[in-house]
Amino acid sequence: MFAQRPEIRPATVEVLVAGQPVRVPEGATAAAAVLLAGLPAIRDTPVTGSPRLPYCMMGICFDCLAEIDGVANRQSCTVAVHPGMRIEPQRGARLAFREENAAHGA
Amino acid sequence: MNRPGAQNSFDAIVIGGGLVGAAIAYGLQREGLATLLLDEGDIAFRASRGNFGLVWVQSKGLGAPHYQRWTRGSAEEWPKLAQELAAATGIDTGLHQPGGVHICLGEEEFEQRGDYMARLQREAGNLGLEYRMIRGAEARDMLPGLGPDVAGLSWTPYDGHASPLYLLRALHAGFTGAGGTYQPNARVAGAACAPHDFRIDAAGASFRAPRVVLAAGLGNADLAPRFGLSTPVRPQRGQILVTERTQTVLPMPTTTVRQTDEGSLMLGDSKEEVGFDLGQTPEAMKMIANRAVRSFPWIAGLNIVRAWSALRVMAPDGLPIYDQSRRYPGAFTANCHSGVTLAGTHANRLAPMIAAGELEPEMAPFSAERFDVRTAA
Repeated sequence: MFAQRPEIRPATVEVLVAGQPVRVPEGATAAAAVLLAGLPAIRDTPVTGSPRLPYCMMGICFDCLAEIDGVANRQSCTVAVHPGMRIEPQRGARLAFREENAAHGA
Repeated sequence: MNRPGAQNSFDAIVIGGGLVGAAIAYGLQREGLATLLLDEGDIAFRASRGNFGLVWVQSKGLGAPHYQRWTRGSAEEWPKLAQELAAATGIDTGLHQPGGVHICLGEEEFEQRGDYMARLQREAGNLGLEYRMIRGAEARDMLPGLGPDVAGLSWTPYDGHASPLYLLRALHAGFTGAGGTYQPNARVAGAACAPHDFRIDAAGASFRAPRVVLAAGLGNADLAPRFGLSTPVRPQRGQILVTERTQTVLPMPTTTVRQTDEGSLMLGDSKEEVGFDLGQTPEAMKMIANRAVRSFPWIAGLNIVRAWSALRVMAPDGLPIYDQSRRYPGAFTANCHSGVTLAGTHANRLAPMIAAGELEPEMAPFSAERFDVRTAA
């Protein structure tokens, strides 16, 4: 559904979207990588489980929430890519606490 | 529009559309009294919109057993009120009463809390007070990811929480659904008092009733003297931080951290004597966040998405004030800083007393005459 513009700068940065390698230009957003990866959804809403993809691309709608480099609930349209970035779907509400964190943190 | 004549005559007028006024108005209308609820509008301080949402027993009423009883009574009335409101309005007030804890950071806090709870239990007398001081491993089984600074918890089975905003909405919907008359943007402009005969001017009209209830929060301080009453209340500011929504993690509320039905973590609270200043301060926010993170270190990884302040309605001794005017019988006042906790007794016990025209003897210690030491002596 989404394609890069023909005059686009070279896609030199490789990131992982749901584990799948995607190459995007330097300075692109994580949300752009999500759209290019062709996923059916990047998140499910916490209340109804409705699937969502990046929409407004300007930090307003929150439909592009993703777990980026292990940090949940990030607005992927406001995050610039870096090589090796891991962008994972956000399934419902984020976890606040995992039992194993306690062991690591102690 | 308000027409003159019978439409402006009621059995009771309640001044104040926050949690206290709405609970009493709901109770009066349910008792069969045609009730008018006058709500000032968004220029009011609106403490009910800033409430933390605890239905809380274990920190209330040391040195005031009557307040402990009143609070416990409200926790008992709450399930009935919540069920009734849900049935009448379809609004779920989000009540959960799984018990609750106060988290003690450090040994000194734990010891002080233990003394406090023991005194509270002694003062409870025949009412009894079930509580436990819980340490270490057992505390860590009750709540996920408690931090190393947590020395222990005090626990009682009576505590719980609810959504203040859904409660307010449900009380208003229940009140109007039962036939009550709600008048917004109705700051009291004038009043004429005689025993069991009151005229209130508001929203460009005059209203009459044999009963009037002052439930205007901080506004009661100025209103009360006009009705032969006294409510020497002052503002006490509290600030709250709110995190992004997360999956449900907390099985019960604590005094300063609770998780809403929607998944947000609410973090409180501050107690600041700053007059009518509704501002927020980095110092108080830092203190609140620090205590929350020392209690639950994983909270540090969550985003704060909202913060606000509100003004508690405090009497000089921190206890509620309930009175009927001696000079103008039929005029009542109701003041407290626990509009959520006390909604149960306000709707189910206080409103019937007001409908009957007399506060029961158990309410006498709540009279503002307790501040009038010289007169009493």
